[in-house]
Amino acid sequence: MADLLTAEFWFKYGPLLLDGTIDTLVMTGISTVFAYLLGLPLGVALILTQPHGIRPNNVIYKVLGWIINVGRSLPFIILMVAIMDFTKLIVGTKIGVRGAIVPLVVSAAPFIARMVETSLAEVDAGVVEAAQSMGASTFQIVWKVYLPEAKPSLVLGGAISIVTILAYTAIAGAIGAGGLGDLAIRYGYQRRYPPMLLVTVIFLIVLVQLIQSVFSHVSNRIDKRLDSGHKKGFTPLEMLARFTHTK
Amino acid sequence: MSESIIQIQHLTKTFGSGDTAVHALEDINLDIKQGEIFGIIGLSGAGKSTLVRCMNLLELPTSGTVIVDGQRLAWMEQDGEEEKPAHVSEKELRLARRNITMIFQSFNLLMQRTCLKNVCFPMEISGVPAAQAKKRALELMELVGLADKADAYPSQLSGGQKQRVAIARALATDPKVLLCDEATSALDPTTTASILGLLKDLNAKLGVTVVVITHQMSVIEEICSRVAILDGGVVAEQGNVEDIFSHPSTDAARRLVYPGGVSVAQYPAGTHAVRVAFNGGTAYQPLIASLAIDCGVKVNILGADTRNIDGKAFGTMLLGLPDDPNEAAKALSYIRSQPNVSAEEVEYHG
Ligand SMILES: Nc1ncnc2c1ncn2[C@@H]1O[C@H](COP(=O)(O)OP(=O)(O)O)[C@@H](O)[C@H]1O
Ligand SMILES: [Mg+2]
Repeated sequence: MADLLTAEFWFKYGPLLLDGTIDTLVMTGISTVFAYLLGLPLGVALILTQPHGIRPNNVIYKVLGWIINVGRSLPFIILMVAIMDFTKLIVGTKIGVRGAIVPLVVSAAPFIARMVETSLAEVDAGVVEAAQSMGASTFQIVWKVYLPEAKPSLVLGGAISIVTILAYTAIAGAIGAGGLGDLAIRYGYQRRYPPMLLVTVIFLIVLVQLIQSVFSHVSNRIDKRLDSGHKKGFTPLEMLARFTHTK
Repeated sequence: MSESIIQIQHLTKTFGSGDTAVHALEDINLDIKQGEIFGIIGLSGAGKSTLVRCMNLLELPTSGTVIVDGQRLAWMEQDGEEEKPAHVSEKELRLARRNITMIFQSFNLLMQRTCLKNVCFPMEISGVPAAQAKKRALELMELVGLADKADAYPSQLSGGQKQRVAIARALATDPKVLLCDEATSALDPTTTASILGLLKDLNAKLGVTVVVITHQMSVIEEICSRVAILDGGVVAEQGNVEDIFSHPSTDAARRLVYPGGVSVAQYPAGTHAVRVAFNGGTAYQPLIASLAIDCGVKVNILGADTRNIDGKAFGTMLLGLPDDPNEAAKALSYIRSQPNVSAEEVEYHG
């Protein structure tokens, strides 16, 4: 382990680690964006079509719920293999950073849909009803009531989603997607070189901590429900409970 | 008589069906006049919220007609042999709702928007240009006495202040009708009085018709001119507040007018007592005092169920008369000479 303190180690592996970190961040970032493009509307649809929603529709609600549950019950690594042909069709390759993004999105979107649903469910039904009583359309209620009122909670959920996707990228590393997970497996497992494993673990921990504190801070800053009685952010326990949704 | 603004005809509302059906409203008929403050009172579960939500179609009537400001919002349509409920299109309804706005017990402000932005909200959704909306919102904040709180967030306000913001927001689209569902039920008595005062003011200033839903008789006495008593989903009684207070003719009305009070009529029989009914004359204290001063007769108050409405006394009081028959007769004739008071000798065993 003393290797970590030598200039030689960083000279030799520094560029690799930097590339790995960048790959991880790129994969995570792009996947998160696309996963939200799918998951956010899905979460909104769940809230609107639920039995007490403002557009109750049992068929849509049940079908979406079922698809989402199927998506969430497949372990990432199996899903990744299962949809390889689809991946190739979309991005032209089954491997590398690009090849990883498709399964990452497909796997994270259902999870994000549930996160979004939970956040939107926290919005006071009375406020939604007030908007209806003023003649707001469904679109206006989503855009001007649900999303802005749930923003602090959505931001906190965002941190959990990103961290979850970050964890998936490490698994994607196993099939040559690149990134820190790839380094950990190649050097730590295949070449039995523990210092490299340790460094990637430290990098991942630091990344997760950073993401979590930035998002928590932002969520707190934008939340205008000052009195703690009304504050509906996640307690550490709730946060933990949400982590159990990852696979 | 002035024009109708809300007409409810043969309205029923049933939740669910079959064995579990809840008949929340049955054959409701109301005619609310333009510019009045109309009260709807009833105990919890009487159907008040359901009724008021049928006025802006937040709840679709099971049957019956709802007309607001001359526009039919819901009605019955002949469909072959049967009649079935029909209502305006969603788009028309959204427009109509700008004309009949609502405030709530729990205020229902947007917590992530400043007060000013809350007031802007209904104008935003109806497409008023931002600058114009802001100007109007500031005027409204001024109108409800909260100009200095424009940039505050709802969580920084007291309950009464939140309700004022909600009122400003409800007025933003210049509605003809303001529906208030238990708007003061979450507030303390002082704040309640100030909110009721504001509603009365706005009614006078803007001519907006106010429909007040409450379970508290005090709220009705304070601001309503007419009232409907809702009991178990039916209108038990409706009319002028004064009439209903002086002669509540149904059990439901009596329960509300004299909550928890034993009716004077139920006192056991005996002698030397008089039941005095106040029908809107002066308050009762001066009567007792002037009895003592003008006639030199002292009476005991054995029981009283009286209320002050707009400074006038309503209700009944049981007075114990002096044992001396002359003094008793003197007191009785004095009481009978008072305007708006009727007296009846009763027997009473103390
Ligand atoms: N959405 C609903 N589904 C089923 N029952 C309802 C619903 N809303 C109200 N009710 C029932 O209708 C009755 C009247 O309720 P409500 O209008 O809220 O009374 P109030 O406002 O006078 O307290 C109650 O028995 C209540 O349980
Ligand atoms: Mg109610």
